[in-house]
Amino acid sequence: MSQMKPGSMDRRHFMRHLATGSAMTIPAFHFLNHLQANAAEVRRNQKACILIWLSGGPPTIDMWDLKPGSKNGGEFKPINTAGDLQICEHMPKIAKQMDSLSVIRTMSTREADHTRGRYYMHTAYVPNPTVIHPSFGSVVSHTLAPQRKDLEIPAFISIGGGAGSSGFLGMTHAPFVVDSNGQIRNADPTGVDRRRLEQRLAMWDVVESGFINSDRGDLPQAHKDVYHKAVNLMTSSQMDAFKVATEDPKIQEAYGNNNLGRGLLMARRLVEVGVPFIEVNFGGWDLHNDVFNTLRDQRLPTLDQAIAALTQDLKSRGMLDDTVILCMGEFGRTPRINQDVGRDHWASSWSLLIGGGGLNGGVAVGETDKDGVGLESKSYLPGDVWATVSKAMGIPLNIVHTSKRGRPMKIANGGTPIDELIS
Amino acid sequence: MRTFEFMRQSQALLAAAAFCVCATGVLATQPASLKGAEQSDYRLKYDPAVVEKINMLISRGYEDNEVSPSEQADDVTWLRRVYLDLGGHIPPLKDIEQFTSDKDPNKYAKVIDKLLDSDSYVNNWTTVWTNELIGRQTPRRTSREGMEKFLREAFAKNRPWVDVVSDLLTAEGHYEENGAVNYLLSQMTMRDEGVQVTAKTARVFLGTQVQCTQCHNHPFNDWKQDQFWEFNSFFRQVRRVDHRKIDPETGRQVDDYSELVVDDFSGPVYFEKRSGLMQVAYPKYFGADVEFDNGKSRQAVFAEAIVNDGDHQLARALVNKMWGHFFGYGFTRPVDDMGPHNPPSHPELLEHLTDSFVASGYDYKMLLRWITNSEAYRLSSEFNPKNELDNPAAGEMPLFSHMYIKSMQAEQLFDSLLIAGSSTVGGVSQGNYAQMMQKRNQWLQQFVTTFGTDENDESTTFNGSIPQALMMMNGELIDAATKGEPGSLLHKVVTSGERDSRKIQLLYLAALGRNPTGRDLSAVKKLMQVSGDPGTAYQDLYWALLNSNEFIFIR
Repeated sequence: MSQMKPGSMDRRHFMRHLATGSAMTIPAFHFLNHLQANAAEVRRNQKACILIWLSGGPPTIDMWDLKPGSKNGGEFKPINTAGDLQICEHMPKIAKQMDSLSVIRTMSTREADHTRGRYYMHTAYVPNPTVIHPSFGSVVSHTLAPQRKDLEIPAFISIGGGAGSSGFLGMTHAPFVVDSNGQIRNADPTGVDRRRLEQRLAMWDVVESGFINSDRGDLPQAHKDVYHKAVNLMTSSQMDAFKVATEDPKIQEAYGNNNLGRGLLMARRLVEVGVPFIEVNFGGWDLHNDVFNTLRDQRLPTLDQAIAALTQDLKSRGMLDDTVILCMGEFGRTPRINQDVGRDHWASSWSLLIGGGGLNGGVAVGETDKDGVGLESKSYLPGDVWATVSKAMGIPLNIVHTSKRGRPMKIANGGTPIDELIS
Repeated sequence: MRTFEFMRQSQALLAAAAFCVCATGVLATQPASLKGAEQSDYRLKYDPAVVEKINMLISRGYEDNEVSPSEQADDVTWLRRVYLDLGGHIPPLKDIEQFTSDKDPNKYAKVIDKLLDSDSYVNNWTTVWTNELIGRQTPRRTSREGMEKFLREAFAKNRPWVDVVSDLLTAEGHYEENGAVNYLLSQMTMRDEGVQVTAKTARVFLGTQVQCTQCHNHPFNDWKQDQFWEFNSFFRQVRRVDHRKIDPETGRQVDDYSELVVDDFSGPVYFEKRSGLMQVAYPKYFGADVEFDNGKSRQAVFAEAIVNDGDHQLARALVNKMWGHFFGYGFTRPVDDMGPHNPPSHPELLEHLTDSFVASGYDYKMLLRWITNSEAYRLSSEFNPKNELDNPAAGEMPLFSHMYIKSMQAEQLFDSLLIAGSSTVGGVSQGNYAQMMQKRNQWLQQFVTTFGTDENDESTTFNGSIPQALMMMNGELIDAATKGEPGSLLHKVVTSGERDSRKIQLLYLAALGRNPTGRDLSAVKKLMQVSGDPGTAYQDLYWALLNSNEFIFIR
């Protein structure tokens, strides 16, 4: 592969060294010595969470908390479900799974700006200029990755992006962003065999470690840690989990031949190899105009099919009790319908879907007033949702993280698991 | 307005030092060394008093906080830093060798001037501001080329910043004929009553976050909801018009050009209070009434209000942003959230630079000249035992007692890898610029994720995470730089007939902008001996250097 014409002196020089047998071996690199794990092996009883992120802010008043008879009610009707609650008529498949899933109807989260809302819902903390809080997926990675020694791919995977950052937990817990076709760019070292890769990494380590030792803060070490993870991933058979196209065509069809369907199917496959947190981004919810046609014709049918298929699939594989499903966006949308037949940003009363992982299904937690504007019962913050997820995943709630500045921060911002959802 | 006598010195001198990033022969003899220690007739092109005051105010911060500054960075490290920060790429080998052999004590100021007059400077700042104004992902029906054309001209001519902003805010017309319109067009991709453009304009040009006040009074700063809509009223006369045409081949309607037109709208703006009450707002600038002459557009009045603003927030916001560009941290965090709720770390310095910048006539290059000629900018990024506390990455207030390392932006990496890869092509300024930009933009798309919201916000996976590491290890750019094909820098070095130590040294300089230490040399040589094939070994070494933390960080 080399097209260079190295000078003859060099060759002689090298040959001499080789002949005398000095320095014949390359130091072994621990990050290449990982176990050859069997991707097909299902890791039973390992907890996981799949977050379905409705980017843009879904009009939950048209989805999970309908208000028939109110001026804010909109065009859709509620239908009965397999659980003890009603949801929108355009999600009949999810309705059949609602014995396993619940709705929290009294989210009240104050941040109605996309960036701030996305941050708040992902981290349980409002944005603050001096510290970047980790997305909850990074918290899960930080807590559970060390316990999953045979996991060779990142513990927080974001399908479609937008999952925030690992903040003060460092880049090793950053979301690994892929797209829903499962192609991981640049994951194959073309034309470089394993021995050559080791040779390269040995030289790389000389420079890399030298810079780390020169006291310039934490970034140089973080760079090295990320490279270790990347090398691990390049050489792992667990990468097969991303190859959704190899799944049984019938199952692919059930999830839906679209980004969300493929994303959720990939999420299930990742849970099977031991990934504890997967976020699937499904955008297009910033419905300032034409909300009802867009929901009925585009957003809801796709969402309905994919979530129902995921729930059913996890159930039939015996994985649902270990896998939390959470579906939300950065906020809800105004109960009032605007002049463009749309709904605007609204954070003070909205709903989200949560289930699996041993949480109670079929429950509507909390109640809004008849117009969907005010709350009739206790309100919940993102910290309460993540505390509930933590509880389901067996993550202790007494964990306190310390920011680099030494500020203590409780997991899930000190939120409380929601009673109605835990047995 | 202050005049800088020494600025009028012959431009011919500059032209003579015509900047050339094209390294024709990396191993060329070093002509500069012949000059020896001779003092050039170079004269400072800035008022030293401005920089002295920067130095004084920064070191006062050291004393107040009982820290001692780090040593100065070594010459090549500083050179690499200033090339990346001003020109957007690492220095070619030839320029490194020229710089290290230059004995002129003014060589730092000289190289800054050289860079400020280079093509790389224009390319770099066009890139920085195109990304800032319209994002890395070009919004629908916006002309990236038009935006770039406008900015290229602005930076090439060093137009006063106030004029550039004024043009961006008052532009009208066809998006390719008048590229300035693309800023407003990019913020008007949906019918949102000018909400996006209001928030973005306040943030980008005035360093003020107002987007929350669209719906309610700001929880932290003193912006009120009516102020948002008063501000917003300035942008209610502009409208985008998207023209379509018939494709002669298919007979179908397809997109043609877009333009920005000004409507004859004179009414107030209505908005809804949280209580549900409808309110009315008229154009006002930070609460102050503005004068309307007949026939003047609202944006023109707004631009005038910014220019005539006695508080100089436009200048202050740019100063803060630029300081942040060079040091990794501005005087406020984030740099675009200024206001009474977020006091700056160095208020006097911020005001000093703001006043000086206004007095210079909003001279963009002069501002960069002051910053890059400061003592703080010369410091090493290594901590010392007496400034461990100065660690803004840990949330502390920056004291600028050492340089803070920052990661290259994706564009800087792309341009730097071209320099590192080739012995003849010196970055984007060579060859077909437009073609190169197109290639770079395509390459960049792998890192961009847009959220598809009404703020057109986007995030990047070029953030030090795994996809970036994979790209660095296995991507095509690295492959091209390390393949060792004829014409490449690697090929030239390996076939040079130099001793191994010299070859290794050249590769270190080309990639990292520093010489290998004794320890580096012996470790690397030892590993190369194992390889068997020396060609492969040099490829592997270069791969290792380009993949190191030391390469990707501006230090």
